[in-house]
Amino acid sequence: MRALVIAILAIGTYAFRLTGPLLRHRVRIPDRLERLASTAAAVLLVALAATAALTQGHAFAGWARPAGVLAGGILAARRAPFPVVVVAAAATTALLRLAGVG
Amino acid sequence: MTNTSFLFRLIDVRSVWRTVGAETFRDIALVCFADAIVGATFGAITVSGGLPVWVPVSMSLLIFAGGAQFAAAGVMLAGGSAAAAIAAGLVLNSRLVPYGFAVADALGGKWWARLAGAHVMTDESVAFALRQSDHARRRAAFWVCGAGLFVVWNLAVVAGTTAARYVGNTDAIGLDAVFPAVLLALVMPALADRATRQAAVAGAVLAVALTPVLPPGLPVLIALAGLALALRRPTGLHPDRSMSAETNESREETNARRGDEAAAAPVAEANAARATEPG
Repeated sequence: MRALVIAILAIGTYAFRLTGPLLRHRVRIPDRLERLASTAAAVLLVALAATAALTQGHAFAGWARPAGVLAGGILAARRAPFPVVVVAAAATTALLRLAGVG
Repeated sequence: MTNTSFLFRLIDVRSVWRTVGAETFRDIALVCFADAIVGATFGAITVSGGLPVWVPVSMSLLIFAGGAQFAAAGVMLAGGSAAAAIAAGLVLNSRLVPYGFAVADALGGKWWARLAGAHVMTDESVAFALRQSDHARRRAAFWVCGAGLFVVWNLAVVAGTTAARYVGNTDAIGLDAVFPAVLLALVMPALADRATRQAAVAGAVLAVALTPVLPPGLPVLIALAGLALALRRPTGLHPDRSMSAETNESREETNARRGDEAAAAPVAEANAARATEPG
């Protein structure tokens, strides 16, 4: 099943990438559809971030993880360099766990 | 052209350097470095989460799109269905369609250049290509960034899967917080747009609320219902333009006047601005 998921995603993604180079002279995509695609990607990424930060399986993930994500998110919003965001998120969560926070 | 001279041209770094320019070269190297961290995290998280090494490695080689890889692997790790993993990945990657129209001329004219170039099309390579002033630079920047990222990303993922075996409990060092933080950093530039932000927040609340009762993977897809909020307002703007002083009206006019290329540029720039995932 995993191999199938990867194969379908790989083929689908490559098809997306190849559409423009192959069809550029024949079709034009509407601006509106293009914006919808980028908004959909943003919605999906935020939902994924929120569920991954707050939940584990069907339950609450504990406080340490969302606290780390929050620290990383605040730094990202302040345009901190990417490595800083990563280290801050991991360090916050690791330190909280070390201090006994779940 | 003989095979030898062709090979020589392929690896003539000095000529590429001259075309791309030192500054762009340095920027591309920085982006590659940042993406290496994300790739290593992806490799470590997936393996420590219980997936076999071939899963992150083949995903990185064949899909080569960080956001979609994290999304699909996340659904797999949570025990979600194949359909949910595929749907999440494909929705994320649909943005590659407009990118393809924007950078089609940068790939090269030969059929094999188009086939290979399409695979290394990412937020970053598109952003770097569209930033260049002429065709030669555009093509060089696209290929240096695309090919460079492909190599760096895949090596980093392999390194991450190896590192995970030595670290043991990756939760102890907080790696489980890295994945959502990476996603937030990726999406942050797009959230400058108000309609996008509202749609995203509504979708996220819905997804978290439904997680206890729905099968894994499904809540994130249902979050797309948040798009209705963005659709209500037909002025949905490109992320980075909402920061400018232009009025909505003038922005709409600008959008209407520009071609595919210019329209895709801000989106790619916004997505790549954080110097993060490929694709």
